Amino acid sequence: MIRFEKVSKKLGGRVVLDEIDYEIRKNETFVIVGASGAGKSVSLKHMVRLLTPDSGRVMIGDDCVSEARGQELDRMRNRFGFLFQSAALLQWLSVGDNVGLPLRMKTNKRIEEIDELVREKLEMVNLGDAFDKQPAELSGGMRKRVGLARAIITDPEIILYDEPTSGLDPVTSRTIDRLIDRLREDLGVTSVVVTHDLHSALAIGTRIAMLHDGKIVEVSTPEQFVKSENEIVRGFLEAQYITTRGEWEDSETS
Amino acid sequence: MVCRNTGTAMLMLLEAFRDIPFMVSPKHRHDVLHQQFLTAIKSLGVITVVGLFTGMILALQTGLELRRYGQEVYIGSAVTVVMLREMGPFMTGLIIAASVGSAIAAQIGTMTVSEEISALEVMSIPPARYLVTPRLVAMITMMPLVTVYTNIIGVVGGAIVGQTQLGVSMTAYMDNATQFAANKDLYVGLLKSVLFGIIIATVACHQGFSAKQGAVGVGLATRRTVVVSFLIILTVGYMVTRLFYQ
Ligand SMILES: Nc1ncnc2c1ncn2[C@@H]1O[C@H](COP(=O)(O)OP(=O)(O)O)[C@@H](O)[C@H]1O
Ligand SMILES: [Mg+2]
Repeated sequence: MIRFEKVSKKLGGRVVLDEIDYEIRKNETFVIVGASGAGKSVSLKHMVRLLTPDSGRVMIGDDCVSEARGQELDRMRNRFGFLFQSAALLQWLSVGDNVGLPLRMKTNKRIEEIDELVREKLEMVNLGDAFDKQPAELSGGMRKRVGLARAIITDPEIILYDEPTSGLDPVTSRTIDRLIDRLREDLGVTSVVVTHDLHSALAIGTRIAMLHDGKIVEVSTPEQFVKSENEIVRGFLEAQYITTRGEWEDSETS
Repeated sequence: MVCRNTGTAMLMLLEAFRDIPFMVSPKHRHDVLHQQFLTAIKSLGVITVVGLFTGMILALQTGLELRRYGQEVYIGSAVTVVMLREMGPFMTGLIIAASVGSAIAAQIGTMTVSEEISALEVMSIPPARYLVTPRLVAMITMMPLVTVYTNIIGVVGGAIVGQTQLGVSMTAYMDNATQFAANKDLYVGLLKSVLFGIIIATVACHQGFSAKQGAVGVGLATRRTVVVSFLIILTVGYMVTRLFYQ
């Protein structure tokens, strides 16, 4: 579905992605983990051509997004929903107007129709009562959920989440996890989730990739991931108190 | 560097012009009205003071000179003609550039550094259409209106000085003004104000989009907007005068 072919990218004089090669399959929830500054956000931005590789290609199905332009690029971007790390809401629009913006600008739907769809999506992220609020009145976690509602308003087939649960309390985090899972199971959405939160990664991921020093050092299922022999992966697991498979199972059932 | 900036700014302007029909359609008109409101209302207080004093200074300066020949009554036409042709659009342009233009640059600059522009791009909402067009339309429509207001205030300021300092009655002042000021003066001034509006919207939006990361980047974009707009307004103002009066 999404394929990185030997993608390299230098930013600010540093090699952020170094000949990255991997494929994300249709209808999976692909989780990318890694330290801050590892290039996780940069990877996501390549999938929607907010960044262009210095070398290599990014393919979406049979289309090459890293060479597309104009309407062709718009068509590819329309298959995506993108939740930004900072939520990226427009500050002068109300929550409802923010979420409805893609529909208002790109479809012929009437305002009443749009408002109804917006309310539906806000319900899905547990923000049913925030329709008329301004972004400035919301907490960081609420803003992020509004960003999520906006990302799914056009019912995209691929959704990119940049740290969807960071800054959220554990209970809300699990709500978001369940939402991501539900979108995959019910609607066949393909998701790419960037996160620090390993519990979340292990719970929702069909596969987990670890990004380190511009390379993918591990791609595996959650079961294999916690058993990985890779030193960097081990260090990452231990930093989040996931030391053995047994303990992870405990935290899952509790 | 300058050439490339001018090029991208021009492309952005063309795109924004092309999308005017889309953005003034009933569904999107709200964005345009909001910008028109901000453009006209935000600086009305400053405009009033500046317009009044511009008229007063013009009246006092020319009046004192004319008094040596016993022709004080000509301040009516002097103030009116200079306000309509030059000072009205010019003062309005400078103030709108400094207040509204800098606010536009700060807002779009903040959006640029906080990924909001990226978000629009991913949603394939063209930033030029959604952000530039409403501001451009607001500038093109509101600059002439505000300029007319500045002109009126300036002429009133001149009349006040005439009455209180130079002994020119209000009626004599207005008679003289209407006798010598031509429609052409008004139209040339309004043409200038429209051009100044386009200049301010273009420079402010372009600087906003070019803002570099961080609060410093936004501040720089704001400052550049004011300086660059001033320079272009001065030059274009001269060229238009040159074109119509030689
Ligand atoms: N636009 C940019 N200009 C320069 N450097 C950038 C830019 N975007 C990201 N970087 C750098 O690339 C690296 C990876 O960034 P990012 O992908 O945001 O990290 P993370 O994995 O935490 O999401 C960081 O060192 C960051 O400083
Ligand atoms: Mg990031």
